[in-house]
Amino acid sequence: MTSESKVETLVTKDMEERKGVWGDEKVAPPVSESDIRKWAIASYWPDKPPAIFWDENYAKGTRWAGLIAPNDFNPFAWPIDRPPAAPGRATAGGAGVGTRGMNGGQVETFGVPMRPGDVITSRTRLKDWNERTTRLGLTLFTNTETEWRNQKGEHVKTRISTGIRY
Amino acid sequence: MAVNVYFEDVNVGDALPAWSRQTDFMHWNRYAAVNDEFVYIHMDDEAGKAALNEQGAFGMGNLRYTYILNALRDWIGDEAEIRECGVQFRAINQKNDILTVQGKVTDKKVEDGENRVYLDINVMNQNGDGTCPAHAVLVLPNRG
Repeated sequence: MTSESKVETLVTKDMEERKGVWGDEKVAPPVSESDIRKWAIASYWPDKPPAIFWDENYAKGTRWAGLIAPNDFNPFAWPIDRPPAAPGRATAGGAGVGTRGMNGGQVETFGVPMRPGDVITSRTRLKDWNERTTRLGLTLFTNTETEWRNQKGEHVKTRISTGIRY
Repeated sequence: MAVNVYFEDVNVGDALPAWSRQTDFMHWNRYAAVNDEFVYIHMDDEAGKAALNEQGAFGMGNLRYTYILNALRDWIGDEAEIRECGVQFRAINQKNDILTVQGKVTDKKVEDGENRVYLDINVMNQNGDGTCPAHAVLVLPNRG
């Protein structure tokens, strides 16, 4: 266990080197009608989801001229390859300063909606961080920026997610 | 619900129609199944307790974010757009909590050629505690 009194910062040299540097792009499998429908059913459960997410005939008559996905639809779910979790990753049940972590939240800015057949490309970078002493002790708030574009290069969304480590 | 609300009809101080769910494993498991979010703290009471939540397993923050987006979509209809939404996860979603998305219009203006409406939002539990302060920016159509 890490000694809580000796830790002066949770910022690592690796973080300093990665700050602002975009990582490799990831490409999701094509968005399917069925994936959108299942996502909408699950997220609206037990109510019926809006027809714009599952009824093609209805959707054709809207400004979108076809089905669209809910804003939070995730085409990157269910990857074939699953890299192991990074060693030392902070968790809710961690023991010792810097090993405990939680999801602080996110801000998403949306562009064009996702549609069946879209192929979404993602890239991510460590944006910035803020370290201060809170009621949890020494706490690091890390902001990660993720950008999604579709096969036409159109902006789908930008997410700034905040991870908390303490 | 092609168009539910027009820009001209929205006023600062207007309330977002309340949107509620009583959540438990039936909701969490369905969401996990589509988002591939199988994490023991959301599946197993012992894991939840080990993560220092005495009541056991707890709900995903991402699902509460989804509930906010659903509340907004149900209000504005299909023709409008959610331009931005942000959340902070401040408290735990316990099993069988009744979560209600509440929100209020704080501003409206034409900006970058869009009719934008700004809201402050929170996801309240049955005890009246805010679990998830949030904000959103919507783009609404003009009447006529």
